[in-house]
Amino acid sequence: MNIVENFDLYAPRLINKKELLSSGHRACSGCAEVLAVRLMCKALGENTVIASATGCMEIVSSMFPTTAWEVPWIHVAFENAAAVASGVEAGLKALRRKGKIDDRYVKVVGMAGDGGTMDIGFQALSGAMERGHDMIFVCFDNEAYMNTGIQRSSGTPMGASTTTAPAGKASSGQKTWKKNMPEIMVAHNVPYVATACPSYPLDFIRKIEKAKSIKGPSYIHCFSVCPTGWRSPSHTAVSMGRLAVETGVFPLFEVENGHYRISPDMPKQLKPINDYFKPQGRFRHLTADEIESIQEKVTSEYKKLTEKARFLKTGNE
Amino acid sequence: MGKRVGLEVTVAVAEAVALCRIDMAGVYPITPQSHIAEHLSTLVADGKLDAEFVTVESEHSAMSAVIGASGAGARSYTATSSQGLMLMHELLPIASAMRLPITMAIANRAVSGPLNILNDHSDIMPQRDAGWIVVFAENGQEAIDLSIQAFKIAEHKDVMLPVSVNIDGFQLTHMVEPVEMPTQEEVDQFLPPFVPHATLHPARPVTMGAFAMSDYFTEIMKAKDEAVKNSKKVILDVWDEWAKIFDRSYKPVETYQADDADFLILTMGSMGETAQLAIDELRVKGVKAGLVKLRLWRPFPFAEIKAAVKNAKKLIVTDRAVSFGGPGGPVFSEIKSALYAETRRPAIYNYIYGLGGRDVTVHDFVGMFEKIIADTGNVAADTYEFWGVRE
Repeated sequence: MNIVENFDLYAPRLINKKELLSSGHRACSGCAEVLAVRLMCKALGENTVIASATGCMEIVSSMFPTTAWEVPWIHVAFENAAAVASGVEAGLKALRRKGKIDDRYVKVVGMAGDGGTMDIGFQALSGAMERGHDMIFVCFDNEAYMNTGIQRSSGTPMGASTTTAPAGKASSGQKTWKKNMPEIMVAHNVPYVATACPSYPLDFIRKIEKAKSIKGPSYIHCFSVCPTGWRSPSHTAVSMGRLAVETGVFPLFEVENGHYRISPDMPKQLKPINDYFKPQGRFRHLTADEIESIQEKVTSEYKKLTEKARFLKTGNE
Repeated sequence: MGKRVGLEVTVAVAEAVALCRIDMAGVYPITPQSHIAEHLSTLVADGKLDAEFVTVESEHSAMSAVIGASGAGARSYTATSSQGLMLMHELLPIASAMRLPITMAIANRAVSGPLNILNDHSDIMPQRDAGWIVVFAENGQEAIDLSIQAFKIAEHKDVMLPVSVNIDGFQLTHMVEPVEMPTQEEVDQFLPPFVPHATLHPARPVTMGAFAMSDYFTEIMKAKDEAVKNSKKVILDVWDEWAKIFDRSYKPVETYQADDADFLILTMGSMGETAQLAIDELRVKGVKAGLVKLRLWRPFPFAEIKAAVKNAKKLIVTDRAVSFGGPGGPVFSEIKSALYAETRRPAIYNYIYGLGGRDVTVHDFVGMFEKIIADTGNVAADTYEFWGVRE
């Protein structure tokens, strides 16, 4: 017990003190996404180039003539962060090989929201992953098009009310199950896929560091609580992320060369999803029956995941 | 002196690009551009070109990857046609706003629909206002020369803009032509290594592609406009230098038998050579006909155009694209607007022709001249006509 407690005191001291995403950016109060980006930068360190899609993180950090980025950063358009990142990687690789730049290893990272990853940026991401570029792609998933005003995406969960799939007399909000993006990335046979959430900073940082250490493409799907879009109190952004994990709505796991491993942060017994749904305005309209049917899906999906982790274990476990 | 060889123009262009020692190419296959991509990838596979050849999954990603690589400081190249260029469209003004010296070959091809793989200029015309430097090649030699010059122009510190080299699809790209291929030594002498001002490297972190609202946007647009306009001086200097090294001269506007001509025709791209034969035929008959070839589409060479046509009575402007329900073809609109304030200017006629690969012969050009010469109207025609259309 003492060891765990000491670990909690000791571990944060291992985190890079240097801020590579500076304060003064324009993110909403209580934004868990910008917290995740900040932690990501700490884990990546200075030898990093980031290619960002259009979206919340882009507009809050780069209003000309200011910038919050202390690492080289490029934004081109909405749907092409992965393609831009692949070009940066190819360019740096050629220049380093030819001795035209410093002979140092630089990790290229693409980042986008759920829309820029799962919808409009899907093709570019699939192409970049398939081509095997030495890059990390991080999806900061806040489960809707928040930057344009909370419109539904394929990352929006079943039943959530958004501005283009609103709840009403004839509708219970989102009518489709969330696209399973991590599994789609696993199907690309990339060496490393992980889910993460900034509510678990040490787990998140470890996964970014792991991805950084891998030569080749890796994908991290980061759950990013959006108090503005989810109509939840801004001071609960971190606890809301924990609830998503503890209810199994967003399980933390990683897949290394096809081997599944569920994060030790996952509880033995999942909490009921209602604990997570209740404080959020976007789920407020759901009936007990509707919540029950979503609960069944969450339970069965988590069971599937634990089965995969059981049968497709990592070699050292 | 380079070697005289017979090469398919696409292959010659790829060889020329390899001589420029590119660091990166990102190309997606599309007819009739594909031979450029194929030959470049072969040169990389054979170890003759030290570059990253990125086999992107679309033209949108081709341009995105090339923007990323150029931002990283790599000499970056792509090539496309038609639908591929339309798919890239979103990114073209971003590349120029970011002042990235990308160069691109466009094997000009008709834009759908209906689907058509053959030549016209309907792909490049919608890209007119993207803030790129746009040049047109008339033959294989020009395609090679312009492809090499493009890097030097794009990367010049006073320019820093992307350049597209337009090469008529099939009619030019797939011809086997005798060309003089510059040597590596000559190209190295002409084209120094690319030294970017700022790059995506942790040695000096920069932010590229920041977003700007109403307080800066207008100034950024004005700066880009100035950059495109000012690039003309560098383009002329580069062409002068080229002439000294390679003994082949390039001008924004070329003329043939135009000095004393009463009747002129203006072409862009590979049609120039056919039109030239028509001029010879008409001159034999005693008709004072001449030819104006527009090589530099952006920045638009106003002074050169005015000088080239000022003594003519009538001018035919030919277009290989349609501005539906508009004032005429896009080239016609530009020429008319360029001449608006001139006190001496020819009557202007507009023929839209050679669409979707429709063959254009010497007789077509002779026919155009005969038609405008017979026209008794004394004022500039306000309408355009589809030449050779079946109705």
